[in-house]
Amino acid sequence: MTLDLVAIVISAILVNNFVLMRFLGICPFLGVSRRLSTAMGMGVAVIFVMTLASAITWIFQHGLLTPLGLDYLQTVVYILVIASLVQFVEMVIQKTSPALYQALGIYLPIITTNCAILGVAFINVREYYSFLESSVNGFAGGVGFTLAIVLFAGVRERLDVAETPAALQGVPIALISAGLMSVGFFGFRNLFHFLFS
Amino acid sequence: MVAAVITLFVMGLAFGGLLAVAARKFAVDADPRTEAVQAALPGVNCGACGYAGCSAFAEAAARGDARPDGCPAGGPALALQLAAILGKKVEAREREVAQVLCAGSRSEAPDRAVYSGIPDCRAAVLIAGGPKGCTYGCLGLGTCVRVCRFDAMHMNANDLPEVSGDRCTGCTACVKACPRGMIVMAPASRRVHIRCNSRDRGAVVRKVCTVGCIACRLCVKECPREAITFADNLARIDYARCDNCQACVKVCPMHTIGISPERVQARGA
Repeated sequence: MTLDLVAIVISAILVNNFVLMRFLGICPFLGVSRRLSTAMGMGVAVIFVMTLASAITWIFQHGLLTPLGLDYLQTVVYILVIASLVQFVEMVIQKTSPALYQALGIYLPIITTNCAILGVAFINVREYYSFLESSVNGFAGGVGFTLAIVLFAGVRERLDVAETPAALQGVPIALISAGLMSVGFFGFRNLFHFLFS
Repeated sequence: MVAAVITLFVMGLAFGGLLAVAARKFAVDADPRTEAVQAALPGVNCGACGYAGCSAFAEAAARGDARPDGCPAGGPALALQLAAILGKKVEAREREVAQVLCAGSRSEAPDRAVYSGIPDCRAAVLIAGGPKGCTYGCLGLGTCVRVCRFDAMHMNANDLPEVSGDRCTGCTACVKACPRGMIVMAPASRRVHIRCNSRDRGAVVRKVCTVGCIACRLCVKECPREAITFADNLARIDYARCDNCQACVKVCPMHTIGISPERVQARGA
């Protein structure tokens, strides 16, 4: 049981990193990685929303869709549930904790219906995860995203001052760097053979 | 089919209701002063205040981060208005107006090459420093005129930009746009300006321009208030000391020092 959870965490952070291995959530990854501080804020927001989305979609999947035989409504229902819930939580945070809202608020609407968020919900169902496993997978997926975007923001801050060929300045060199980071993460592929065999 | 329709309908209704209730219950009152400040601002988003636009400045002003006189485009009248909204006091600060520091049009400072690229100074300067003989002077392609959002600049008959002092709001958009860095801000009451930007030696200036500063220092010696200083082969005027006596204008052998027209009425004063 615990070993399963550890495996899920390692898988979501390193082996199947949402950004660099599954290629989900690329838009916030590229859009909000110019500065380390904003990347960190985005990462925390993604951890929060992914955990929340995993938990709530598990409840709706196993409490509503499966009993009624409405599995084919997954996409619509997930989007509806996640978007509404995040919006609701955003309102509550804005009222109850202005400090937290300042740190998290501007990122929440950007990622509510992001593919990485929807992706984690689908993966949870596909892998037949329990409620706890789903939540852990969501949390670790968010941590993996944070790891990727923070590393990438560090790279981009250096790219800004590096001498780049004129044709590659800006987004092109950023995309190349992201690709190289992804290739680097391929090195984690055989991690499970090391750890569990 | 029916089950799917009912399920989605009920869910949509439930979440819609939840959000509607939450919007009421958790509503946060925005600072009403933000809107009042924004309504008073010019609203052209020129960015001279250093914020991303007029609404960003309004938020900062309501928070207390931006000063009431932080909008250069609005001038002292707006500063007083904002101070009243924000409950703060402002000190009078003299309005600044852009001054073009080059008098060498094509007839005085001829081109050394023909430029037929994009008609923009910022583009022209990239090609071997631009077509003009003087590498410090005005390229005359009117980039400053186009970036002015207040219609305060125009190209005169000699293809040199001219600032209309009454319309200039001091937003510094032209100062930032000029690739030669030859537009500066000067207090509106100062009328004497050394209209040259060349750091070349006198002999070099003479070859490329008939109205450039040749570094003779006559104006420095003549000024009774020691308002003119000299560095990098170029005379510079200290606007804080100048009292518009125009002694320097008479001695300048190149007629580089010019007098801006006297303003009948200062804007917003």
